[in-house]
Amino acid sequence: MLTMIGKRLMFAVPSLIGVVIVTFLLTRALPGDPAAYFAGPAATKEAVEQIRKKLGLDKPLIEQFFRYANDLAHGDFGNSLTTGQPVATEIRNRLPASAELTLLGLFVSVAIAIPLGVLAATRPGSWIDHLCRVTTTAGVSLPVFFTGLVLVYVFYFRLGWSPAPLGRLDVFYSAPPTVTGFYLIDTLIARDLEAFRSALSQLILPATTLAIFSLAPIARMTRASMLAVLASEFVRTARASGLSPATVIVTYAFRNAMLPVITTLSMVFSFLLGANVLVEKVFAWPGIGSYAVEALISSDFAPVQGFVLTMAVMYVLLNLIIDILYGVIDPRVRLEG
Amino acid sequence: MKRRDFLKSVSGLAAGAALPAMPSVISPAKADARSETLLIVSEGGPNNLDIHGIGTNVPGYEVSWNCYDRLISHEMKSGPGGVPYYDRDKFKGELADDMKIDDMSVTFKLKKNAKFHDGAPVTAKDVKWSLDRAVSVGGFPTFQMSAGSLTKAEQFVVVDDHTVRVDFLKKDKLTIPDLAVIVPCIVNSELVKKNASEKDPWGLEFTKQQTAGSGAYKVTKWTAGTEVIMERNEDWVGGPLPKIKRVIWRMVPQAGNRRALLERGDADISYELPFKDFQEMKANGKLNVVSLPFSNGIQYIGMNVTKPPFDNPKVRQAIAYALPYQKIMDAVLFGLGNPMFGAKDKATEVAWPQPHKYNTDMEKAKALLAEAGYANGFETTISFDLNFAGVNEPLCILVQESLAQLGIKTTINKVPGANWRTELNKKEMPLFTNVFSGWLDYPEYFFYWCYHGNNSVFNTMSYKSAAMDKFIDGARTAAATGDKAAYDADVKGFVDLAFADVPRIPLYQPFVNVAMQKNISGYQYWFHRRLDYRAMAKG
Repeated sequence: MLTMIGKRLMFAVPSLIGVVIVTFLLTRALPGDPAAYFAGPAATKEAVEQIRKKLGLDKPLIEQFFRYANDLAHGDFGNSLTTGQPVATEIRNRLPASAELTLLGLFVSVAIAIPLGVLAATRPGSWIDHLCRVTTTAGVSLPVFFTGLVLVYVFYFRLGWSPAPLGRLDVFYSAPPTVTGFYLIDTLIARDLEAFRSALSQLILPATTLAIFSLAPIARMTRASMLAVLASEFVRTARASGLSPATVIVTYAFRNAMLPVITTLSMVFSFLLGANVLVEKVFAWPGIGSYAVEALISSDFAPVQGFVLTMAVMYVLLNLIIDILYGVIDPRVRLEG
Repeated sequence: MKRRDFLKSVSGLAAGAALPAMPSVISPAKADARSETLLIVSEGGPNNLDIHGIGTNVPGYEVSWNCYDRLISHEMKSGPGGVPYYDRDKFKGELADDMKIDDMSVTFKLKKNAKFHDGAPVTAKDVKWSLDRAVSVGGFPTFQMSAGSLTKAEQFVVVDDHTVRVDFLKKDKLTIPDLAVIVPCIVNSELVKKNASEKDPWGLEFTKQQTAGSGAYKVTKWTAGTEVIMERNEDWVGGPLPKIKRVIWRMVPQAGNRRALLERGDADISYELPFKDFQEMKANGKLNVVSLPFSNGIQYIGMNVTKPPFDNPKVRQAIAYALPYQKIMDAVLFGLGNPMFGAKDKATEVAWPQPHKYNTDMEKAKALLAEAGYANGFETTISFDLNFAGVNEPLCILVQESLAQLGIKTTINKVPGANWRTELNKKEMPLFTNVFSGWLDYPEYFFYWCYHGNNSVFNTMSYKSAAMDKFIDGARTAAATGDKAAYDADVKGFVDLAFADVPRIPLYQPFVNVAMQKNISGYQYWFHRRLDYRAMAKG
């Protein structure tokens, strides 16, 4: 197991180096001159040159790259010009916000999609199968920002059930002391129930938005995979042996149908992190996606590079976790690893 | 927010959260806190809390304005619609008790009980250090100081602990007003020096993250891109103690959500909404919407006069006759702007902005174009800044449509915000739209930056004319010496010339729009167009 993890991490190193080089070059290829942008509307040519020098943008590209790589090696991601903060700090503060939202969205989605998929597979052609098909198609065909806006309009503006879409907490609560960065957990650790409730109610709409969007792949994959397993011989044998339908479906069929579902989950998780950008914009969520987009718009190199690099590292870790999970679910995979 | 609404939304929230109904856990203290707190929502937030910093953005100016004091500030007068409007010509002391203007210097006596947020007294040394800093750090602050002929550290002299003298390099009417803009703010020099380094002698890194002033508010928490929290400085001596105890400023990127927050009564104030929203909110009357013209500001169509076809004044006049002015006012601005066109029968005034003499007249435009030898039109590109696409894009499409009637084929070039300044600096765009607005509200100031042959960044047309320079320089000298007759003649002279030569065609004077709850009072219009919390009250 440990050798497998070590090996996998080794394989990730070249791809990370590739990511560093490509993002560096791509951000430099962006149109726009950060020096002119940050010199402000009233800047003279000399002022722009002054700022270019201060930012180190007057040096040759290769020197800029080695400086950047050297800083990276020391854990320094550089400074964001738009927010004026070190990128590493910003990412550390914002990543939990995105992760909490994405994980909760994924959790809601799984909690709905898997039972829905299983039910649809056990009763193909029934009303529940149709329900599954309709909800998933509707969910995936609505763009996230649209679902988000509709939810805000209905549940906040019209009905007033949901709190104002103002980020992670109601404005009059202060954030709990940071332990995990996840407000739901931190507020509980701080035993601040009021803040917990506020954090939870702020999360519901954005998490639902993400969940609606990600229902389709999970439910469809569960259904397809369950159908295949239910038609296989060992299920027929189990049924013939007189086991109860519940045991057959949960113990025998479901566990075997899980592998492709887990793979889909990891894919869904990664594209949810991307879809987050729009949800974060709609709900004023202080996450990592909106941060990267704002930086991109103002040709602010450092945060964009930091963001891409963080994402790359996350993908590597995610894939690793999924591989380990395979082993847990299906011992045969472990042997081959 | 009203307490009842608030409780309703809390109980609703509980239902939404599907939690078991429990008695309201919001303490009364929290409800009280709401009535003394101002909640502002806007699209963007500050990137730096210090206006002297590198690349501090406009939201950053708002923080500086409210958290730092200047020696002097402006009095208020009644503006359009009875809204308090800063009085360009009247000054009052903020940190200064007394201001004495001599022939070649001005002397300020400081308020003796003024203290910085950390309790240190405000002394003449702090004032000198801060003004030295403003003229030395380079970039925007230094540039702004130079607009008032404040360029050298030697100009700021400590007379005694509570007296400072500012020496004039030359007579300039703009020197005193320039000391009342945002830039010459007084910084806690001892505190900042302690946190400065050899690489950063002015402590810009320190003041970027925290406020070190003596102003009415201090920043207690700032999460970049998310929120700024400011608390009242109970010991402020710059004016009467503000009524608002706490200001929470949240960034909400979605304009629709900002409007929903206002209409639900959750947010107190917002700006930066689409014109259509402002107009609808004005019409339904649930909120107070204040619309005031930018002082000394104009949105215009500029033409590069160094290259054909726009090097020919006849072509420029033809364009000025071909623009769909009224359509722009109606369809793009929804009426929220002052028209700057069609003053055909009015005599030129000694004022700026004022409407020009052109009106939409396609026949005249065609005739002029034919005279210039372009009877069949030509091809060109019109550029705009995508950061302000909400106005610029429909505006450019209307212009494109209108010019097509003259046979002029226009391609629209959308320039990303990050790139816009670079493009302006290059001075190569043939046709473009842009806004210029000067902090100092004097005609010669506007013309000096926008039309003078020294070709500043804002002379986006690269317009050069000896006659124009003579008028502008003449007006500046006349203003400094107080020669009113010469001043009036020169101002009329440059305005007339600008309209005859039309290197840029003024379209309208934009409005700054602010929407707020009915229970918010005390909004004031300032030249910087940001909010001044100090005069505001809730309830």
